[in-house]
Amino acid sequence: MTCLPDKTDRQLGLVIDLDTCVGCHACVVSCKGWNTEHYGAPLSDQDPYGADPSGTFLNRVHSYELRPEDAPAQLVHFPKSCLHCVDAPCVTVCPTGASYKRTEDGIVLVNESDCIGCGLCAWACPYGARELDLAAGVMKKCTLCVDRIYNDNLPPQDRTPACVRTCPAGARHFGDLSDPASEVSQLVAERGGFELMPEQGTAPANRYLPPRPKDRWQDDASVLAPFLEPVAQEPKGFLGWLDRTLEKL
Amino acid sequence: MSQPDLPLSPPVSDEVRQTTCYMCACRCGINVHLRGGTVSYIEGNRHHPVNKGVLCAKGSAGIMQHTAPSRLRAPLRRVGPRGSGEFEEISWDEALETAVSWLKPLRESAPEKLAFFTGRDQSQSFTSFWAQGFGTPNYAAHGGFCSVNMAAAGIYTMGGAFWEFGAPDWDNTKLFMLFGVAEDHDSNPIKMGLGQLKARGAKVIGVNPIRTGYNAVADEWVGITPGTDGLFILSLVHCLLSAGRIDLDYLARYTNAPVLVNGQAGAADFGLFLRDADGKPQVIDRHTGKLAAWDAPGILPDLRGELVQDGVTHRSVMHQIAQTYLTDAYTPEAVAERCGIPAARIRAIAALLAKTAFEDAIEIDQPWTDFRGERHATMTGRPVAFHAMRGISAHANGFQTCRALHLLQILLGAVETPGGMRFKPPYPKPADAHPKPHAKAAPDQPLDGPHLGYPQGPDDLALDADGQPLRIDKAFSWENPLSVHGLMHMVISNAHAGDPYKIDTLMLYMANMAWNSSMNTRAVMEMLTDTDADGAYKIPRIIYSDAYSSEMVTYADLILPDTTYLERHDCISLLDRPISEPHAAADAIRWPVVAPDRDVRGFQSVLVDLANRLGLPGFVEGGVPLYADYAEYITRHQRKPGIGPLAGWRGSGEDTGRGAPNAQQLDRYIANGGFATFPIPPEAQFYKPWNRAYQDYAVGMGFYDAPQPYLFQLYAEPLQRFRLAGQGHGPHQPPEHLRAQVAERFDPLPLWYDTEHDTGQADEYPVHALTQRPMAMYHSWGSQNAWLRQIHGQNPLYVPTRLMRAHGLQDGDWAHVTSAHGRITVPVVEMAALNDNTVWTWNAIGKRKGAWALSEDAPEATKGFLLNNLIHELLPPKGDGLRWSNSDPITGQAAWFDLRVRLEKAPPQTQSQPATPAQSSPVPPAPKARP
Repeated sequence: MTCLPDKTDRQLGLVIDLDTCVGCHACVVSCKGWNTEHYGAPLSDQDPYGADPSGTFLNRVHSYELRPEDAPAQLVHFPKSCLHCVDAPCVTVCPTGASYKRTEDGIVLVNESDCIGCGLCAWACPYGARELDLAAGVMKKCTLCVDRIYNDNLPPQDRTPACVRTCPAGARHFGDLSDPASEVSQLVAERGGFELMPEQGTAPANRYLPPRPKDRWQDDASVLAPFLEPVAQEPKGFLGWLDRTLEKL
Repeated sequence: MSQPDLPLSPPVSDEVRQTTCYMCACRCGINVHLRGGTVSYIEGNRHHPVNKGVLCAKGSAGIMQHTAPSRLRAPLRRVGPRGSGEFEEISWDEALETAVSWLKPLRESAPEKLAFFTGRDQSQSFTSFWAQGFGTPNYAAHGGFCSVNMAAAGIYTMGGAFWEFGAPDWDNTKLFMLFGVAEDHDSNPIKMGLGQLKARGAKVIGVNPIRTGYNAVADEWVGITPGTDGLFILSLVHCLLSAGRIDLDYLARYTNAPVLVNGQAGAADFGLFLRDADGKPQVIDRHTGKLAAWDAPGILPDLRGELVQDGVTHRSVMHQIAQTYLTDAYTPEAVAERCGIPAARIRAIAALLAKTAFEDAIEIDQPWTDFRGERHATMTGRPVAFHAMRGISAHANGFQTCRALHLLQILLGAVETPGGMRFKPPYPKPADAHPKPHAKAAPDQPLDGPHLGYPQGPDDLALDADGQPLRIDKAFSWENPLSVHGLMHMVISNAHAGDPYKIDTLMLYMANMAWNSSMNTRAVMEMLTDTDADGAYKIPRIIYSDAYSSEMVTYADLILPDTTYLERHDCISLLDRPISEPHAAADAIRWPVVAPDRDVRGFQSVLVDLANRLGLPGFVEGGVPLYADYAEYITRHQRKPGIGPLAGWRGSGEDTGRGAPNAQQLDRYIANGGFATFPIPPEAQFYKPWNRAYQDYAVGMGFYDAPQPYLFQLYAEPLQRFRLAGQGHGPHQPPEHLRAQVAERFDPLPLWYDTEHDTGQADEYPVHALTQRPMAMYHSWGSQNAWLRQIHGQNPLYVPTRLMRAHGLQDGDWAHVTSAHGRITVPVVEMAALNDNTVWTWNAIGKRKGAWALSEDAPEATKGFLLNNLIHELLPPKGDGLRWSNSDPITGQAAWFDLRVRLEKAPPQTQSQPATPAQSSPVPPAPKARP
């Protein structure tokens, strides 16, 4: 068993805007690229050119259809990676102490040299956010690019997770969720950001911003109607209106 | 337990080299990280004007493309029968001499016997220059089967088009309306723009039968019936006109709405503009009530203009617009059922457009001067922006639909005004400032001018004295007079049929014509191997250049292996399809950030070498080659004095736009991150076609030699000239079988018509079938990519809930999908967020076994499929013995999205049908582990 810190100085995490995510997978691949080259074992692929290609990804985008009763069906793109929970069950279940939560920033990491690849943490994670790398035999998970965010070799503006830096739609935000004044906290407050599966009691750090209401055109139809108040119903009337209007210009 | 001591500042890489992405057509700037001399990581370049640091999935996966096992390794010569895939590796010298031995006799006798078409080429100003020097009229890139309708309609209507030549004003727009499939053009900027709109709560309306991608995040989704966008748009036009919600001042000043049109029905000049002695279209000046040239200083053109001259009544275009669109045919009630959109919703959208454009108008405190000399204190914006691409384009009514969309934009005053659509330099540039087509070949001579252009009437068609097409693809013929991008999709079919003539050598670059880039794929493969009675191939010789082991490679006689995009020089030129943004012209380069580890060469350098060996004009002067390779061409070529492929650091390095060649130019680009930007002054940022400050900027940059203001062509006079010919006027007459088509379709005001498929096949094939490209893939390239194929490794047919129920289908079942042309058997998956009568799939994921170095049991080859097998390049025979092209009758745009099918449940399968036999691979099988 491994202990969680009583408290962390900060709690870094991601805020992901489901109203803006177009499901392009840019974050997925950028993450794959960075973390293949950095932090621990490379993210391997099995059968990459064969019948059943699979590999380790720290971030995946899932797509779900919603079928509201009174509106057309919707498609929601849902990127998912480790949520860096305050009460991270993946840490407490770890038999070797390899899984841990950093006291300075709350990032949940795997110390690969202590990881025996038993997979208990992946079982314990209710979000399915950990993947055992089949080539390295160690557990892989989102590091919030801990090797980017403090990296003096990167220009200051690049000290952000690879997925955030690359997101074309700007749907991913990174910051300290324990600070109510931080930009991410304010975004969560403004947009009603929510925790994923709070009933699990994991207190995830990451938040999701919900899609805004869609297909509400009927609500506005009566307000908008005056803007189409006809000046003419047929060409002759229109040309008459044109005459009158041009005189006034 | 203490925490491990983590190194928080590990070295990122040894070195960063900045170049331009080629994982799709978007051309973002990338930082390529190298470690130990090899590529280790690719990210977006923060300073680049296109992507500003972000990068899509394709771009980030470039490392897997660069190392793909499918990369060709050396020049290849076919040794077995064509199509057998039996090749031998040869030296470059042998390969080039072989090509010269085929091409030189053609150039000396009949240059048109070479057909050179270049696919996803990003160097068209260079490849076309080469083809022009060779002297063949048979050159084009892939626009004809992509989005030529969008480009042609844009340029004929407003002297600019979406994507490369125009973009929404993301900074200012309040309402964004997106029509049809547009995910990949232009990939990152649209996502960035949507993000901007979302961040400030601007409204997004998606009009698309399929609710994925950008439509998934749209606030409003309009699941329109495919092919009816034009009808829907013209109904919006009807609503706005009848409510008087149009920008009268804008229409009067900047469009041809006030231009007077001859109203004498039956006359040879009926429907043409009233012109003065200088040929300038005439308007009535509201200040004087008298006739004036459209551009006369100080006038205010009268939208209500009307004049009787020599007994002929001339009325303004605005009259015709009112007469045309205020009829009952375009009321929301009249179009609702056909479009699949309730009338009330059409009205609500029109009302929202009206409110946003006129009640929520924006004013920018920036004075400017127009071309008539009038000074304006501010810039007024109509914050309504639109975008569309192949979705509305790839129908046989696509040209007029795209024109309709531009009509809507312009009526709202929302083009080149704040919050609307903005052009990207070197655009705006009207159709009549473009070249006209040139197609006259002569032995040993260069072509008489640029291949592609913008015909202004029947005089400009590429026909011989007997009215027969001069080009193998029949571009600029009566079948499709405004085929401004050519018709690559007709080349193999026509060459095989010897219609209009036989060719000798087909040379293709980066175009997978034996698979996903052709309609009627199975038959195309047969055409490529078909022989005459004497056993000779009907297409005698095929030269192909590609970097990868594509399906097309199998059908080549000679393969010239290209490099990957990280191993080559390229130039994203203002002479071509540049990377400009609305606020700045920009161009860019690629350069070899790593050296090839195979015996391959960049195709453009190979063309320079061939040109030198053939002694082509423009490449060889006095027997001396001008350029050793493409890099030298980029820096030293001058299209005209002072104007070259790159605009930055000319002369001694201080000149921009115009200036002498500079041998250090590429070094300067590399030092600047691989690109250059040329900002437009604040006063010139909007109203570019009419703004003196912009016109001066454009002349300074070398886009043109003198200011050339123009009016938006709501009424397209070139179309009327063709229509008059169709009605029997003029010396150039269409053949009888095309006369009605020309007379009906060439309406000078946008119209909508049902396509042939809708009128002829609706009962038997009731379901629309579409494709779209996933955001993480670019045509056939994605599946060889170890990372991207894990995201999109299969392409089921997505079927709406209604049809799943009707056919008793469940996810994972198989269905026969039948069109008038053929049948395929494919796996299905249910999708609810989809037009009730439409099925779709991702394009270009299905692969032929043996291609792309994938194993033969790869899902792309066992369960993947192409809808192409259901789409013929010709319409079903009409019984008149003629070959009717499945294209837009105006531009020749391939009508991919007119496809209609019927479904039936099939027994479980292990292999999608048709199952093409495996091709033998010219590269070794992929290793078990990725590079």
